Amino acid sequence: MTGTNPTVAPVTGAPATTVPGSAPGGLVKSVVELDRVVIRLAGDSGDGMQLTGNRFTSETASFGNDLKTLPNFPAEIRAPTGTLPGVSSFQLQFADHDVMTPGDAPDVLVAMNPAALKANLGELPGGGLLIVDSDEFTPRNLAKVGYATNPLEDGSLEGWQTVSVPLTSMTTDALKDSGLGKKEAERSKNMFTLGLLSWMYHRPTEGTIRFLERQFRRKPEIAAANIAAFRAGYNYGDTTEAFTVSYEIKPAPMKPGRYRNISGNQALALGLVAAGRLSGLPVFLGAYPITPASDILHELSRHKSFGVRTFQAEDEIAGIGAALGASFGGALGITTTSGPGVALKGETIGLAVMTELPLVIVDVQRGGPSTGLPTKTEQSDLLQAMFGRNGEAPVPVIAPRSPGDCFAAAVEAARIALAYRTPVMLLSDGYLANGAEPWAIPDTDSLPDLRPAVGFATEPNGSTADGTPEFLPYLRDPETLARAWAIPGTAGMQHRIGGLEKADKTGNISYDPANHDFMTRTRQAKIDGIAASIPPTDVEDPDGDSRVAVIGWGSTYGPIGAACRRIRSSGRKVAQIHLRHINPFPADLGEVLARYDRVICPEMNLGQLALLLRAKYLVDVQSHTQVRGMPFRSAELAAVIQDAIDSTSASLNGAPQ
Amino acid sequence: MTTVELGMPDAPTPIDAAIARSLEQHGPKQTELKGKDFKTDQEVRWCPGCGDYVILNAVQSFLPSLGIAREDMVIVSGIGCSSRFPYYLNTYGMHSIHGRAPAIATGLAASRPDLSVWVVTGDGDALSIGGNHLIHALRRNVNMTILLFNNRIYGLTKGQYSPTSEVGKVTKSTPMGSLDHPFNPVSLAIGADATFVGRAMDSDRKGLTEVLRQAAEHQGTALVEIYQNCNIFNDGAFDLLKDPATGPMWTIPLEHGKPLVFGPDGASCVVRDEFGGLRIAETNQVDASEIVVHDATREDPSYAFALSRLSSQDLRYTPMGVFRSVRKPSYEQMMAEQLHEARLQGAGDLGELLAGGDTWEVGA
Ligand SMILES: Cc1ncc(C[n+]2csc(CCOP(=O)(O)OP(=O)(O)O)c2C)c(N)n1
Ligand code: SF4
Ligand SMILES: [Mg+2]
Repeated sequence: MTGTNPTVAPVTGAPATTVPGSAPGGLVKSVVELDRVVIRLAGDSGDGMQLTGNRFTSETASFGNDLKTLPNFPAEIRAPTGTLPGVSSFQLQFADHDVMTPGDAPDVLVAMNPAALKANLGELPGGGLLIVDSDEFTPRNLAKVGYATNPLEDGSLEGWQTVSVPLTSMTTDALKDSGLGKKEAERSKNMFTLGLLSWMYHRPTEGTIRFLERQFRRKPEIAAANIAAFRAGYNYGDTTEAFTVSYEIKPAPMKPGRYRNISGNQALALGLVAAGRLSGLPVFLGAYPITPASDILHELSRHKSFGVRTFQAEDEIAGIGAALGASFGGALGITTTSGPGVALKGETIGLAVMTELPLVIVDVQRGGPSTGLPTKTEQSDLLQAMFGRNGEAPVPVIAPRSPGDCFAAAVEAARIALAYRTPVMLLSDGYLANGAEPWAIPDTDSLPDLRPAVGFATEPNGSTADGTPEFLPYLRDPETLARAWAIPGTAGMQHRIGGLEKADKTGNISYDPANHDFMTRTRQAKIDGIAASIPPTDVEDPDGDSRVAVIGWGSTYGPIGAACRRIRSSGRKVAQIHLRHINPFPADLGEVLARYDRVICPEMNLGQLALLLRAKYLVDVQSHTQVRGMPFRSAELAAVIQDAIDSTSASLNGAPQ
Repeated sequence: MTTVELGMPDAPTPIDAAIARSLEQHGPKQTELKGKDFKTDQEVRWCPGCGDYVILNAVQSFLPSLGIAREDMVIVSGIGCSSRFPYYLNTYGMHSIHGRAPAIATGLAASRPDLSVWVVTGDGDALSIGGNHLIHALRRNVNMTILLFNNRIYGLTKGQYSPTSEVGKVTKSTPMGSLDHPFNPVSLAIGADATFVGRAMDSDRKGLTEVLRQAAEHQGTALVEIYQNCNIFNDGAFDLLKDPATGPMWTIPLEHGKPLVFGPDGASCVVRDEFGGLRIAETNQVDASEIVVHDATREDPSYAFALSRLSSQDLRYTPMGVFRSVRKPSYEQMMAEQLHEARLQGAGDLGELLAGGDTWEVGA
């Protein structure tokens, strides 16, 4: 039989091939080959959708597909069961080629209850595959979300391929001999669902079984029940007539090497551990818990065997204060937070600017202002990172572009902080933090050696008027303008630093007007000078002669990249510029931007990078913004870019080139 | 790009290397020092007659007795007149921002247990803007000594009332008198379960030095409240206790193991009251066995707390000396132990860490 391909026609248009197979009981099942799929799992916050999604992701990653994920959950730990605010979802796109986003819209939606259906159906394109847990469509649950009639019965789902499966009762049936009560057994329905999906998409199952054994080490009966439910779901897929097609998505060609699946927060934490090892310095993290940054604190707390000290402070200010104190003592001081925390840390960041001590400040951005949207993503702290302090207090700002890239960004943040004796802002966001992708595990030998950047001073570097040798803490390296850094315990190098303006070289308190002017400009010049140590602007322009460029920073890399691909496959030309360094910009950025007739800047804020680019380069950047707490959809971006390209060529038609 | 010996976490860190290098140049650590060795070339900028001078002199002449090399001492301060202190001591120092010194010192002391870490703060710095850091530092018990210069006023900002000013204080910001009730810093510290709490007077060199000595020897966070005269904005704030005519009457000297008898001819004493607290009595009205014998080492803080409550906000019946000094493991020690324990399970290997979890190989 021909598989009715439940997925939207793949972008690359690979026709589905079918391979008839047979299932026990003589049922003929076919296998359809797809090049990519987007699945969204949606359920109640208590249904374990994030765990299910993460497991499916791990299976998919270890199978060798490329993938991107988008967890989306409410800020409340448990909103009332079965309600719209309580819906939690997890979307992933996986493919036999490299993918840049978790997908604009799902091809397959799994809805574990009426609320999940109501909240997500609008985004499932017509004809898409919809799997629902029919057990949950009770009058009470329907009423909770305002369904007057049961959508499974009233014909309203006709536009989709709806498969209604009693997931809950099949799970409890499968576990009736497990010794677990009904309520407890029901909780394994997510694993039943995972089993079913694992069958549908030919996912390897050993990883999940091992995971469940590990996870419930101390509760073997729960481990056994979950594994039984998982297997039951798999076998159900294999035998039922409800699903006659399963899908194969071949592994994606990837660069040779060893891979793992990694989330942004995990990669960031590992990058910080690596930075400690690469610099030889002990890592000290001072942090106060905040979504979506807390997982970095959790992860680093597990790596004490690397000499990593983690300090859960009484508040955000103490978190950064302790980190700065540790830096003064020669540690790699780090603080991790989100936007509200950065607001509180501002004064201490200024102190770090003035004392010229290394410090890494990680801001995992979330929707703002104020408490805003704690679990949703946004890029709206850029200007806060740039300017959110009193006085002229320049701070380098860098941003990772994908979950795995958080690792390299963390190492780079530490490099700049150490080499230039400066606080550095690392701007991740909720999408990167919780999203995941396969990550090529770097060879430790290929990582940069940060030890030369440390260079503690151990000898006097000047002399007093009478010729006595003395230590001048504000004598600078002529190239980097980094000041001399001597740590307590170093004999003969005692000195005092602080937030009051420093006299050049000696670091003594100085209120001299000319000195303040000089020091203010010097601190700025030091940060500007970092540009000399960073690579030129990263431009992806396969055709080489695009007239329109799209520029972005941070987590928009994937959606912009996917949009650019669409544009190119339509025969148009576009350049993608993506910034790792936002302060300072790469030295050639101005020249690069000047090459294009049009520059578009998509951001998940109201145009913060665009403002900086316009101010610095006088380029008429076209800002395209969105603050929905979700990443851009690449189709929408593609439409914006296409418009820009078509109107640019129209306006230039006939004009001398 | 050179590679790092990634598998060897116990290789000397750049910190150890720097210290070793400096010792090669300087010879062995110099621990036999004089008061003048702790002076810096910075001009002291307090108002003439300020109590801060007296404290500075006392500290400068006391520090050598600790036998700690200057490079191993760090003084962290906040903002206020008192917080200028680090500039005048030839140690490492950081004059930080308003109220945050305990937090900064916590990170330093937790990551460098080899250092002797001191905090200098004022009543506004420690109890207003930095109140949160102070109480958490005290309960956490990181090894550091906090000197709280209490002049019962905001000196640097020119004389507004502070969280230790008495009710009704008339200042520029409270022309009709302040409304809020003051903190008793010693009560606050004991309430936060501080392991060491003492109080001393700026002008009492001997008493101050004795409390400082015990505080410095204490393992954990020590808080010393130092009554300090601001002769510009709150002159004479402690005269009741300083005046030879009234001082002995209102001061309760605390000496571990000694009965709490005070006043001219030992006329007054401290006894237990019927609610489990303490009260003042006339010595000749009570049996000698009823007089409380001072014990700073009591685990239960309620005794030290009761002691701190004897004084009123106008300073009558003010105990001076060490209220409480108990042993508890200090934070940085326990932190170091956890690190050590984790390493016993196997020193961190970066390559292994990066390749953690489920991995797969993609062939060429
Ligand atoms: C964030 C901030 N707010 C306000 C100030 C202004 N300020 C400086 S010192 C001070 C009060 C200091 O009082 P105290 O701690 O008692 O120190 P003293 O000057 O009396 O020694 C204030 C309010 C500041 N420096 N920083
Ligand atoms: S204002 Fe008061 S506390 Fe400040 S220096 Fe002058 S006398 Fe001392
Ligand atoms: Mg004061």
